[in-house]
Amino acid sequence: MAINKDSNGYTFGFSIVLVIVVGVVLSSLAIGLKPRIKANEAVKKKMDILAAIGVESSRKNGEKLYAEYVTDSYVISAEGEVVENLPEEKTAIKLDIQNQFRDKKIAKQDRLYPVFEAELDGNKVFVLPVVGKGLWGPIWGYLALADDYQTIVGASFDHKGETPGLGAEIKQSFFEKQFKNEKISKGGEFVEIQVVQNGTGTEDQKVDGITGGTITSKGVEEMVNRTMKVYQKYFSKK
Amino acid sequence: MSDNAENVKAPKESLFSKKNKKLITEPLGDNNPITIQVLGICSALAITVQVEQAFWMSVSVIFVMIFGNLIISLLRNLIPSRVRIIVQLVVVASLVIIVNELLQAFVPDVSEKLSVFVGLIITNCIIMGRFEAFAMSNKPFPSILDAIGNALGYAWILIVVALAREVFGSGKIWGFEIFGSNIPDEETGQMTGLYELGYMNNNMMILPPMALIVVGIIIWVQRSKNKELVEEH
Repeated sequence: MAINKDSNGYTFGFSIVLVIVVGVVLSSLAIGLKPRIKANEAVKKKMDILAAIGVESSRKNGEKLYAEYVTDSYVISAEGEVVENLPEEKTAIKLDIQNQFRDKKIAKQDRLYPVFEAELDGNKVFVLPVVGKGLWGPIWGYLALADDYQTIVGASFDHKGETPGLGAEIKQSFFEKQFKNEKISKGGEFVEIQVVQNGTGTEDQKVDGITGGTITSKGVEEMVNRTMKVYQKYFSKK
Repeated sequence: MSDNAENVKAPKESLFSKKNKKLITEPLGDNNPITIQVLGICSALAITVQVEQAFWMSVSVIFVMIFGNLIISLLRNLIPSRVRIIVQLVVVASLVIIVNELLQAFVPDVSEKLSVFVGLIITNCIIMGRFEAFAMSNKPFPSILDAIGNALGYAWILIVVALAREVFGSGKIWGFEIFGSNIPDEETGQMTGLYELGYMNNNMMILPPMALIVVGIIIWVQRSKNKELVEEH
């Protein structure tokens, strides 16, 4: 008996089989490649931390340079206290702060904040990760703080899928460089960094935003200030 | 199938008959998907700032194109005609996800550079166009040839445009400086190579409009060489 290919039954049947086949193939591939992709992401994280303190690295030497420069890492609470005895997946390098930022079930005061201590030319530098929202998706980055606990000495940002040429420019060095020498506190009090549109970015506490990338630029401002406020609590106790 | 149907079947073609060869050569030249059919322009503009990106984009498209055409061709007698576009879309989308996962796992740097553009392969009209126009009504082998032809036709334009833009826009090929360095040396303040003599990169080349103009130049050259391609209006 010939099958009527235009019948509803056949159309539904075909679609169901297709979806199941595709689903099985894609999910098994995703599971199979997950360890590799995770390992790549872990190296990338270390490279980003190194980039924030101005050390260039590649996927090949990322691990080695990280071990060389980063001397200590720990996690602080939203109150600015060092948290001890954390499980493996919540240690500074393993902690998924993007997931923590996204997960509505984790209350703001329960979020954890990693600190990486590095040594650069004999000076101690603190590398602090930040996460926030861009226009299309997550943005994140690392700020490096000098051992006066207030001056930013470097920054590196990245994004998931901001518009190339506009919001995506936050990862370019001309934008990142502007954060150098800005301060997160004055006289022990937290101060905000503003991302401005009127070209006054050279003034203290101000950074020029990106033309056509206002929402992403504002996202950077929000994420830097929100996170630095927490870290400032920790550093003010030092 | 009855014996009668067997008898009227056309004589078997050789694997590389003239007709099959044409499937590969035509899209490279006189029926190029970008310059003649003007399909896939979006990625031709977006991904041609550097040769490396264009190369990996081409490789990804070739992969998606060949397997897509093959799968659609194998399923062509099974696909219900009312949902055929959705089926085609599912096939492209799945292949693109596979490419994306493979890039992330094995060449993460490339994956970062291509970022959102890998996803955009789904919207590349060349692929859906070939599925609908060729693979739905042809056998697997010619479909593969057609896929190779069209994907290569797309690839060479992409790489030529990227070459022009990278050489004149950044003075590099595949990231290697070919005219010397235009960043002044920290100690002497001197630039090297051509830049020392006053040569400057054309920043306009990096911007999207120049990609369109470069594609335009290729179209112009192609049509002035072969007058048959010029449309009469």
